[in-house]
Amino acid sequence: MKAFEYASPTTKEQAIQLLGAQWEEAEVLAGGTDLLSLMKTFGATPRRVVDIQGIREFQGIDYIASSGLRLGALATLSELIDHPAAQKNYPSLVQAAGGVRSQQIQSFGTIGGDLCQRPRCWYFRNGLGYFPKDASGQDLVRQGENQYHAILGNSGEAAFVSASSLGPPLIALGATLRIFSKDGSRELPVAEFFRTPQQESDRETILNPGEILGEIHVPPAGQVLNATYEVREKEALDWPLVTASVTLKLNEGKVEQARIVLGHVAPIPWNAVQAAKGLAGKAIDEDTAAEAGAAAVAGATPLSRNGYKVQLARVAVKRAILNAVMGGA
Amino acid sequence: MPEYRWPDRNERQVLGKRVSRLDGPDKVTGKAKYTSDVNLAGTLHAKFLRCPHAHARVTSIDTSAAESLPGVKAVRVIQGPGKEVQWSLDDIAVVAAVDEATAEDAVRRIAVEYEVLPHLVNEDDLGKAGDRTKPASEQVKGDPDQAFQDADAVVEGEYGIPVITHCCLEPHGQVIDWSGDTLTAYQSTQNISGMANQFAQPLEIPAANVSIVQDHVGGGYGSKFGADSWGLETARLSRETGRPVRNFLERDAELFVAGVRPSGFARIKVGAKKDGTLTAWEAESWGTSGLSGGGISMQVLPYVINPPNVRKKHTGIATNTGPARAWRAPNHPQTCWLTFAALDDLAARLEMDPLDFYLKNLNLTERPDLYRKQLIRAEELMGWRKKWRPRGQETTGPVKQGLGLAFHTWGGRGHNSTARLVVDPDGSVSVSMGTQDIGTGTTTVIAMVAAETFGLPVNSIKVNTGRSPDYPRSGPSGGSTTVGGVCAATRRACQLALEELFEKVAPRLGVEPSELEAASGRIRVKGKPFRSLTWKQAASRLGVTPLEVTGRNISASRRASDGKLIDSGVAGVQMAEVSVDTETGVVKMKKFVAIQDCGLIVNEKLADSQVYGSLIMGISSALTEERIMDERTGSLLNGEMEFYKLAGLGDIGQLVVEMWKDAEQDARGVIGLGEPPVIAPVGAIGNAVANAIGVRVPRAPFIPRRVLAALEEKGGLYA
Repeated sequence: MKAFEYASPTTKEQAIQLLGAQWEEAEVLAGGTDLLSLMKTFGATPRRVVDIQGIREFQGIDYIASSGLRLGALATLSELIDHPAAQKNYPSLVQAAGGVRSQQIQSFGTIGGDLCQRPRCWYFRNGLGYFPKDASGQDLVRQGENQYHAILGNSGEAAFVSASSLGPPLIALGATLRIFSKDGSRELPVAEFFRTPQQESDRETILNPGEILGEIHVPPAGQVLNATYEVREKEALDWPLVTASVTLKLNEGKVEQARIVLGHVAPIPWNAVQAAKGLAGKAIDEDTAAEAGAAAVAGATPLSRNGYKVQLARVAVKRAILNAVMGGA
Repeated sequence: MPEYRWPDRNERQVLGKRVSRLDGPDKVTGKAKYTSDVNLAGTLHAKFLRCPHAHARVTSIDTSAAESLPGVKAVRVIQGPGKEVQWSLDDIAVVAAVDEATAEDAVRRIAVEYEVLPHLVNEDDLGKAGDRTKPASEQVKGDPDQAFQDADAVVEGEYGIPVITHCCLEPHGQVIDWSGDTLTAYQSTQNISGMANQFAQPLEIPAANVSIVQDHVGGGYGSKFGADSWGLETARLSRETGRPVRNFLERDAELFVAGVRPSGFARIKVGAKKDGTLTAWEAESWGTSGLSGGGISMQVLPYVINPPNVRKKHTGIATNTGPARAWRAPNHPQTCWLTFAALDDLAARLEMDPLDFYLKNLNLTERPDLYRKQLIRAEELMGWRKKWRPRGQETTGPVKQGLGLAFHTWGGRGHNSTARLVVDPDGSVSVSMGTQDIGTGTTTVIAMVAAETFGLPVNSIKVNTGRSPDYPRSGPSGGSTTVGGVCAATRRACQLALEELFEKVAPRLGVEPSELEAASGRIRVKGKPFRSLTWKQAASRLGVTPLEVTGRNISASRRASDGKLIDSGVAGVQMAEVSVDTETGVVKMKKFVAIQDCGLIVNEKLADSQVYGSLIMGISSALTEERIMDERTGSLLNGEMEFYKLAGLGDIGQLVVEMWKDAEQDARGVIGLGEPPVIAPVGAIGNAVANAIGVRVPRAPFIPRRVLAALEEKGGLYA
């Protein structure tokens, strides 16, 4: 770990003052479950670490039936999992947080941290960046161990998968988030928060070095059914192979509006717009759910070792849809 | 000399009981100090610069920037210009500094240039091994060609299991305090008594001046017998700086350079008669132990079941990867899986229940009677006959159930061990031995043997281990040899001590020494329990001089007078029940039954515990565990616990463990247990997966990628 300066501001204004214009100058520390492990391996080498845990207005979870769910970026995954209104109205969020199968990460890891965490790609974690290449310029991911990599959205150079567990359900639920900087604050849909980096100096979100993610707002669930289905290799701590989050608004048993967002299949949470549209006007049953699953992966471009993830994505979508309707997990 | 034997079963007061481990409270409260907890005043921290290439020659190295960093006390070059490095993460240089961060900063300031050389790091495809192959000569028994011709059913398949690592929770390491002409090594080890010489010779210091200290160890599994190159470097740094130096490996080095298990792959052909009689075996196997080639040993392939006609050939593949070390039951888990997978496929071809197939062929094993009894008992505990369905069952829904079985063998004869037993005039008893409790409960069983022999409570016996040369020599904890070695040595010492004590006490009770016995806290006249002295009164007859005796176990000795304190050779049967989601390829453990014999069971609770731990390790190896190398860069990709996947509680399912306790096995004496139960899980689970989905998943671990690929090849249970 590279030596660094540590700051622990108690207001967002102080925190913003402490951030730099470049990533190398400062990193934001929340739960620390990702940043610390990156710093230990020199995957992050900030000169200053700005610990924002003391900023009260970024903490907590509040629910008001008429306005929805407010998630402080510093609320932990455990707080979300244990929140009765979240359990009742937003099972897709609670299921996604529960998929993070480490008690320690659930207890320390924050909702904002989940959205901002860096790729779990093992080439990236071994210090080779987003677009790892060998000395002769060969693409290491495409010619190497890509079993956990992207099957969608991988037509550019990036082939890692977005590591966020909460991004897909938040996007499916139509959530927005608020970002603070010197210039004030801006609010945008969670769907616009993620991006595929085009160069090594980019990040996987639109956050700039001087900005802090402060809170997330999830609109009232109303009658929207929702669920997340995750496929993992093990039950104990493990990253997902594939997740699917769906929201369904039914009218007299027929789908009025649907959203389907896949996780861990692309460098960003993958919004399967056509698959969702295809559900409109249909009643949900095993067949329509399976059709949506097939539609969600219609454009998949698997790499040499991850063709199986196409099947997993197809099944995850089908099961998430069926679970949303049946209210199961 | 007394007749060395265990008390008759119905007379035992302590042996065989479910005594909780004596170090349990210390371990769960954190009072237990592991070597990595040792923190001496003035300690320096060592960090290694590790080679980033799988194969390279060092062309230049410049340590000046590291040396000039404040806080750095020593820098040593381990592999300088001209040295050929054969695997990544090998030691190039080492720094000792006042704290860990400074040492790490210094390491990053060392500039090394390499000439990168060609490497091979993956061996799963024999066809890509090129000139890295090291073939062994073919071995033939009987007439395999004729036997295959005469066979009614012949099955061919290719099976494999990759390299896995020891993955000790407490990484390899030590704190070395070289002070004047003595060296104290606080070493994380499974080899207390064998360690001093490993430091003494290369460091040119008399072995008598080397002390080894360890109270608790956080895992070894066969990888912690040596002083290790990094241990010697740590010692040199301590000598150079005159201060204690501490070194514990980083996780990636722990996983890659401090011990791995060889891989094993094989193309296997097996033949049988219509009635299931196994007649022929042919195998071409390969694997790697690292640069030496190696891989699994042909000597245990086929495993346990030895058909009359055999042809086998093995090819080692030299890879640029960290060298293999003994991994809990070396060779057996891999060859057990390869063998039982092939035989299970043969049973399926014959449309036989594999249980019947194995019962039919037990005459090809060394313990037909014991395996038969154990298979029958395992069947009852699993409900095999009720649950078993042939492969390719037509059931509704994507989740399929399956059963599989495998069985195993191991030696486990007690190693050379010397126990020093002291009875003080106040009645206190201590047993000292240069052994180590690697989590198996060694200290507890030593206390139990002494307590049984003296008729005293277990917690009244003080057991001293983990020091050399302070305590008499004992063997390394490998090969399941510890329990036999320490129990036999302790029993002998205790019986010798009693003989002496009886001499002192007999006149007081007015009988001959041979008429006395030790029981229920007293020395008493046999058949006249009211003529007795308390243990304390008896010990006071020693006057002011403690009674000190040594008892030895000599492993090679089989003199008749040794009686039946220890023996070698066990069986053991395991059955797995799994469910497999054919849409996702996810395999889940439902139930696992393990029947295990180990002769006389010293402590049934600790024995159960050994088996549970083994099963969990085996389940990891079956379901998720695998070293993953990047062929292009030659580097380890999953050198962190987030990617090196071990089973957690939710992955294990129900474990049913039953120790085998019949009189015949009990009469054989104590036999080691650490290894046998870890052997069969992959075979049992792999066969259960095949039974569930109707198609063989040929390579472990059985992750969704491989399960789905096997289903697809078959034509697909999924669209």
